[in-house]
Amino acid sequence: MNNLSPFAAHPREGGGPEVKKQDLDSRFRGNERSMDPAYESQAAFRALMDCTARPGELRKLRGVSAPAPFAPATAALIQSLADYETPLWLDAAFAAEKKVADWIRFHCGAPIVREPGEAAFALIADAAAMPPLAQFSQGTAEYPDRSTTLLVQIESFAGTPFTLRGPGIKASREFAASPLPADFAVRMKENRALFPRGVDLVLVAGNDIAALPRSVAVEAR
Amino acid sequence: MSAPVYNFAYLDEQTKRMIRRAILKAIAIPGYQVPFASREMPMPYGWGTGGVQVTASILGPDDTLKVIDQGSDDTTNAVSIRKFFVKTAGVETTTRTEDATVIQTRHRIPETALTENQVLVYQVPIPEPLRFLEPRETETRRMHALSEYGLMHVKLYEDIARHGHIATTYAYPVEVGGRYVMDPSPIPKFDNPKLSDSAALQLFGAGREKRIYAIPPYTKVKSLDFEDHPFEPYRHDAACELCGATHSYLDEVITDDKGGRMFVCSDTDFCEQRRAEGHAHVPDQNEAVHG
Ligand SMILES: [Zn+2]
Repeated sequence: MNNLSPFAAHPREGGGPEVKKQDLDSRFRGNERSMDPAYESQAAFRALMDCTARPGELRKLRGVSAPAPFAPATAALIQSLADYETPLWLDAAFAAEKKVADWIRFHCGAPIVREPGEAAFALIADAAAMPPLAQFSQGTAEYPDRSTTLLVQIESFAGTPFTLRGPGIKASREFAASPLPADFAVRMKENRALFPRGVDLVLVAGNDIAALPRSVAVEAR
Repeated sequence: MSAPVYNFAYLDEQTKRMIRRAILKAIAIPGYQVPFASREMPMPYGWGTGGVQVTASILGPDDTLKVIDQGSDDTTNAVSIRKFFVKTAGVETTTRTEDATVIQTRHRIPETALTENQVLVYQVPIPEPLRFLEPRETETRRMHALSEYGLMHVKLYEDIARHGHIATTYAYPVEVGGRYVMDPSPIPKFDNPKLSDSAALQLFGAGREKRIYAIPPYTKVKSLDFEDHPFEPYRHDAACELCGATHSYLDEVITDDKGGRMFVCSDTDFCEQRRAEGHAHVPDQNEAVHG
C-alpha cells in the first residue's frame, strides 16, 4: 500500500455497491475528454481488441491524420500501441516517404528497423506486394508472442471473398478484402500451420480495421 | 485540499501500451501465457493486481464495471476495486451482470449468460497449471511448447486411483482450442462448462506471476478427463434457501453459532434478481430432493 492509495479510506464490507461517478480529475471531463490522448489510445486499442477477439469483424476508428501513405486508422493504432520498445518495419511505399519516419519518431519514438524479422509491427501500404509472411518474426515455440504484427493497408473490405473459421467465430464468417496477394489464402494457411507460432495481421481501409490473428483459418471462396 | 493526480485508470500510458500489446497476443494465441512487466499497484498481491492491471488497460470512460469476489459484489475486495476504478477512471459501476460491459472476477463466473458486448477479467493467483508438477519455468515452457501434457493426465489419474474420482474441485485444468492446457483460476469446476463457447471475451491476469492469457469468444474449452471418468461439474444437491434455484452454484453459509447452516446462491446478483422476480425457496421440495 502506498500513500496515494484509494484504499486509504477502507470501505466497510457490505458498504453498498452503488457507487456513482465521483472524485474524477477534471482532465477527464467535458470537452477536453475527446482530445485527451489517453482516451484516443484506449478507443483505438479497444477496437483492435474486439477485432482480434472476433476475426474478420469490422470496427471503425477515429483516425489520426498522418503523412501519406498512412491510413488514418493505421496512424491511430501505431500511436496507441507503438513506442521505443516496439521496432517498426516499413515497406517500400512507407519507407519512400521521409515524413513517415519523422512522424513515427515524433509521435511514438519507435525505432525503425531494416530487417522485417526484427519488427514488432510492420507497416505495409502496398498490400498486393507484401513480403512473404515467413520473412517476419514468427516467435519461438516457447515464446510464440515474440512475433510481428502486420498492419496491412487495403483499399476496401470488399472484393476477394474468404470464409473464416476459428476461435472468436461462431461457426464461420464471410469476409472480403482487396487488394491482396493472389495467393493470400495459401499464405494464411501456411501461417496457421505454424500455430502457436506465426504472425498476426490487421487489415486497414481508411478508418476501418479488421484482424486476422494467427489462429484464424482463411479459405478462398 | 489537493486531490492526488491520477493517470486515467491509474496506470501510465507506457504501461498500458505494454499490457495492451500482451492482451492482443494472448487473444491471438488462446490459452498461452504471455509474460508482461507487472507493475506495483496500490493494493497487496492477492487482491487481484493482475486482474486490476488488465481491467485498467482495457477500460474506457463509457464502460460500466462490475466487480465480483466469489460471486459477491459486496466483499471488501470487490468494493475496494470498484471504488478504485470509480476514482481513477470515472466509470459507471453496476452490480447487475447484464448491465456491465467489463466484469472483473475472483473465483466465479456469473450465472447469467454473458453477451458479445462483455469482457470477463479474471484475477489469477497461479497461472501455470503445470507448476505443481514442475517447479522450473524453463521446463513448463518447454512442456507447453511440445504439448507435453502427459504428466498432467498422470496426476489426474492418480486422483482416480486414490479417491475413485478426480479430487480437484477448483482451478480444474482445461485445454483451450485443442492446444494449450490452461489454469482457469480458482473457479469451482461447476463453472468450467461456461468457459467454453462463451459469447464474451475472457481475459486472465496474474500480477505476482506476471502473466496474461485469454480465451476468445466461441472457443472450445475442454475440462481434462478420461473416457472412463468423464468430467462432471459439481454442485451441492440442494436448492438455494433464498431463491429456490436448483441450477446455480451454492455456498454453504453458517447462520449462527449453534452450527446452523444454509445453502445460498454464491452469485448474489443472480439470487437477488430471482427473488425480485418472485422466486422463493419451497422447503418441502428441498426435503424431497434430499429424500
Ligand atoms: Zn438464490
